[in-house]
Amino acid sequence: MTQANINESIDLALLRSGDRVQFARLVDAYSSPIYRLALKMLGNQQDAEDVLQTTFLKALKYVADFEGRSSLSTWLYRIAANEALMLMRRKRPSISLDEEPDDEDGEPRQPLQLADWGALPESELVSAESKKQLDLAIQALPEKLRVVFLLRDIEGLSIRDTSEALDLTETAVKTRLLRARLHLREQLSVYFGERMRRENLNDPQI
Amino acid sequence: MTHKYDLSCKEMLGNLSDFIDGDLSDDACQEIQRHMAGCENCRVVYDTLTRTIYLYQASAAEGELPEDVRGRLYQCLRLDDLLNTKK
Repeated sequence: MTQANINESIDLALLRSGDRVQFARLVDAYSSPIYRLALKMLGNQQDAEDVLQTTFLKALKYVADFEGRSSLSTWLYRIAANEALMLMRRKRPSISLDEEPDDEDGEPRQPLQLADWGALPESELVSAESKKQLDLAIQALPEKLRVVFLLRDIEGLSIRDTSEALDLTETAVKTRLLRARLHLREQLSVYFGERMRRENLNDPQI
Repeated sequence: MTHKYDLSCKEMLGNLSDFIDGDLSDDACQEIQRHMAGCENCRVVYDTLTRTIYLYQASAAEGELPEDVRGRLYQCLRLDDLLNTKK
């Protein structure tokens, strides 16, 4: 279902008045993306399910106050991202998110990995093992960068919607997005660069 | 990394996301393209960064909500009576 279809099928006035059928439509439309976001942020199914349930319980509680300044999806992503970040803090109370070394300030790091793997065949890039590497690389991102990357590049929110969901300026979103993408590129370059090296070693002509 | 054009590798890096997302002016895009034509390292970074984003976006749509997770969600929202009327 496209965004437009979803928004047409949910009656906002009824939803706000507490209509259960409308709320069930909201759940059906957005539970998959919210669960996916939580799973990729937290890296474990139980935590992701907790965030999913808390997100919709909060949505149910506050839906009467939803003013429509942002879209329903941005509103839900905002609740979910906050819940996921709070869960991370609870689980690792000794690490303050503000003390993460790689936050939004400063310039992006100089690229270190220069393996030219862009031309590897598609089949190499989308293998099950490669997909596992993609997930591992996301888990290795600093949390502040991870959430921006997931909302923008995985869930496809605009820069503006991402900034609304995370209470950040658009400039901060762009800076974090660039840093996140460069981080991931470095990690994938290590992996695919190694794959290229191994294949060259196996090449019978050598 | 060395370069022959006005745009430094550092500046190039700072604009790379906007370039990939199509948020730069035509002039700025041309400057980046000129830079990449003469700077192999930046060309590789651009190619592999584009590929990185593509791979993630291609895997994005995967991952429907598992049925048991969906069932428990409806239960905790006290919507179980509506569970089978959807889809």
